[in-house]
Amino acid sequence: MPDILHLREVKKNYLQPDGSVLRILDIPEFRVAVGEQLALVGKSGCGKTTLLHVIAGISRPDSGKVRIDDFDITLMSEAESDRFRAERIGYVFQTFNLLSAFSALENVLIAMRFASGRPNRARAKQLLERVGLGHRMTHRPTQLSVGEQQRVAVARALANKPKILLADEPTANVDAGHQQQVLDLIRETCREENVALMIVTHSAEVAGEFGRVDRLDDFNLAAVK
Amino acid sequence: MSLIKIAWRSIRQRALASGMTAFAMGLGVALVVTVLVVHSIIEQSFKRGTIGCNFIVGGKGSQYQLVLNTIFHVEQPLGNIPYQYMEELQNRYTPILQTMVPLCMGHDYKTHPAIATTQDYFDKLTYKDGDKFAFDKGRNFKDENFYEAVVGAKVAQWLGLKLDDEIEPVAPGEAKVKDSHGHHPFKIVGILKPTGTANDRAVFLNIEGFWRCPAHNPPPAEAGKTAPGKEKSPEKKPESAEEHGPDAASGHVHDETCDHEHEINREVSAILIGTKSGSPDPSVKAMTAKISALMELEINKGPVAQTVNPGRVLTTLLDTMVGKIQLILLILAVLVVVEAGIGIMVSMYNSMSDRKHDIAIMRALGASRFTVMAIILLESILLALGGGLFGLLVGHGMVAAMSSVIAEQSGVFVSGLDFRPVELILIPGLIVLAALVGYLPAMYAYKTDVAKSLMAGT
Ligand SMILES: Nc1ncnc2c1ncn2[C@@H]1O[C@H](COP(=O)(O)OP(=O)(O)OP(=O)(O)O)[C@@H](O)[C@H]1O
Ligand SMILES: [Mg+2]
Repeated sequence: MPDILHLREVKKNYLQPDGSVLRILDIPEFRVAVGEQLALVGKSGCGKTTLLHVIAGISRPDSGKVRIDDFDITLMSEAESDRFRAERIGYVFQTFNLLSAFSALENVLIAMRFASGRPNRARAKQLLERVGLGHRMTHRPTQLSVGEQQRVAVARALANKPKILLADEPTANVDAGHQQQVLDLIRETCREENVALMIVTHSAEVAGEFGRVDRLDDFNLAAVK
Repeated sequence: MSLIKIAWRSIRQRALASGMTAFAMGLGVALVVTVLVVHSIIEQSFKRGTIGCNFIVGGKGSQYQLVLNTIFHVEQPLGNIPYQYMEELQNRYTPILQTMVPLCMGHDYKTHPAIATTQDYFDKLTYKDGDKFAFDKGRNFKDENFYEAVVGAKVAQWLGLKLDDEIEPVAPGEAKVKDSHGHHPFKIVGILKPTGTANDRAVFLNIEGFWRCPAHNPPPAEAGKTAPGKEKSPEKKPESAEEHGPDAASGHVHDETCDHEHEINREVSAILIGTKSGSPDPSVKAMTAKISALMELEINKGPVAQTVNPGRVLTTLLDTMVGKIQLILLILAVLVVVEAGIGIMVSMYNSMSDRKHDIAIMRALGASRFTVMAIILLESILLALGGGLFGLLVGHGMVAAMSSVIAEQSGVFVSGLDFRPVELILIPGLIVLAALVGYLPAMYAYKTDVAKSLMAGT
């Protein structure tokens, strides 16, 4: 199966305020196949969010190659990688995912606007219905529960038919009852649309549901399952 | 979901701050509109004032005072000049003269200026763009009927004056009660149509009747029977009774108390002169120009009077004094607009740290730096234009609401829909201002570090 994501020799350091270098990532090789689903675990502060940012092109590695769908985003200009991210990468943050001034539906439409410029209202509605929010489309983020907000974020992340969905602890702030619901939703929708899924989690329970689990430790990724 | 709509949503998100800053902008723009409208009111009333004469002759003194008093009936008249001086001018410059109208100013009728003049004032002079005076009721007074009067449209309206009413002018400070020195009553024979000039607020008296009133001709006991009038104007020859006698005899209104034929003290405050400068005959035109210059020089060099070109004086007045005041007001109003622009900048800039996370989300969704920058710039443009539009509405609304008062007070008719061409500059001006004040917050959005802001938010 072809790779949707391929990292090579990716290094990322942070310069700390005192001038010393903080090593975060040093990954010789890392691959994710098309439509593959995996969980990413690791200690707090080990660099999981940083890794997702690097994959999404939100921050750049100090060196190395990040290939997505056979495009090396490290060779792109910033504007090109912004556009690329809009069109091929879905991102769900840990929390505060939504733009507070806009309704659930508008949050999805905005993501479409930034990608193609042509919002597809029918698809946006369809996605919201699929995440069970057909009756909440005109609600503002403040009028939605945290779980509902996360579901809108999932719908929004899938709006532009991405190749890969990056989810950074999407259920951390959702109560136990709804955790499973949101997780199932993400996994099912990704499967339906053949989107690869990379999900960061602290929960062994959540990780246990995945066929592939990688741990970020000592700046590198290693398969634990 | 267009960028403008996104910007508009952010504005609504901060409705109070947005509303306040746009309101401040609106006030500034309303101020600009008001200054412009007020200026055009002044300009128009100045233009209307050119009463269709080329020269005003009056006592020595300020030329502004002469023009303002003669045309706008404000300020005090300068010193009087003898009527005989007018006759001399008339004789000497006959070939170039078309109209010559004497005026006696300085009297009032119930706070409205009372102007004594001849019937030529309404028959031969014009206002605005050469419009003729017209009567709403009645007719012009006749030179031979000494105690006839004509009243302006507004005076008639305000005081409820009708034809055949009698009015008694008084000199300022003079008791209105009839005493031995009182004024003869004048009968209203005509009410003017509105002209939009100061004449609407004035009453006009037959100058001959005015001269004949005892108040202007102290009885022999006080003034001295031997040489009446000589004290006031030494160079004046005894008034030719023959000249006015027949008129007086044929006059229908006669009052024994006012007929002091031999003591009549004829003086004028100003003389309006219309020359043949507009003659279709080029030779007459050339001659008029030449002799007019000569006449101007002679009058101004002489000891008795001065002459001015009212159009020129008004233009100077408009350009130097009124124009400067208008410029200062306009600068102040523009400063208020700029200040409101800075208000927009401060308010938006202060909100940026709260919006960092939203900007980072947009960037993570694939918006470029330029897109988020454009959204912020659009926001400041929408605020400035929205406020500006509100200001235009308020400014013109105020003009519309006050148009009747303005018409009453100044005679100038302004409509709320009366837009000055300069106002068109407001739109690009506000956009430029908004872009300038929006630049700082927009740069903030441009520079937002997405990775850092996302981590800070989670
Ligand atoms: N801009 C930065 N400058 C310096 N250090 C940074 C910066 N951003 C993150 N770090 C550091 O990099 C390390 C990795 O951060 P990151 O957020 O990727 O960890 P994480 O694995 O996602 O942790 P968590 O599980 O708590 O979310 C942390 O120690 C953090 O303090
Ligand atoms: Mg993290």
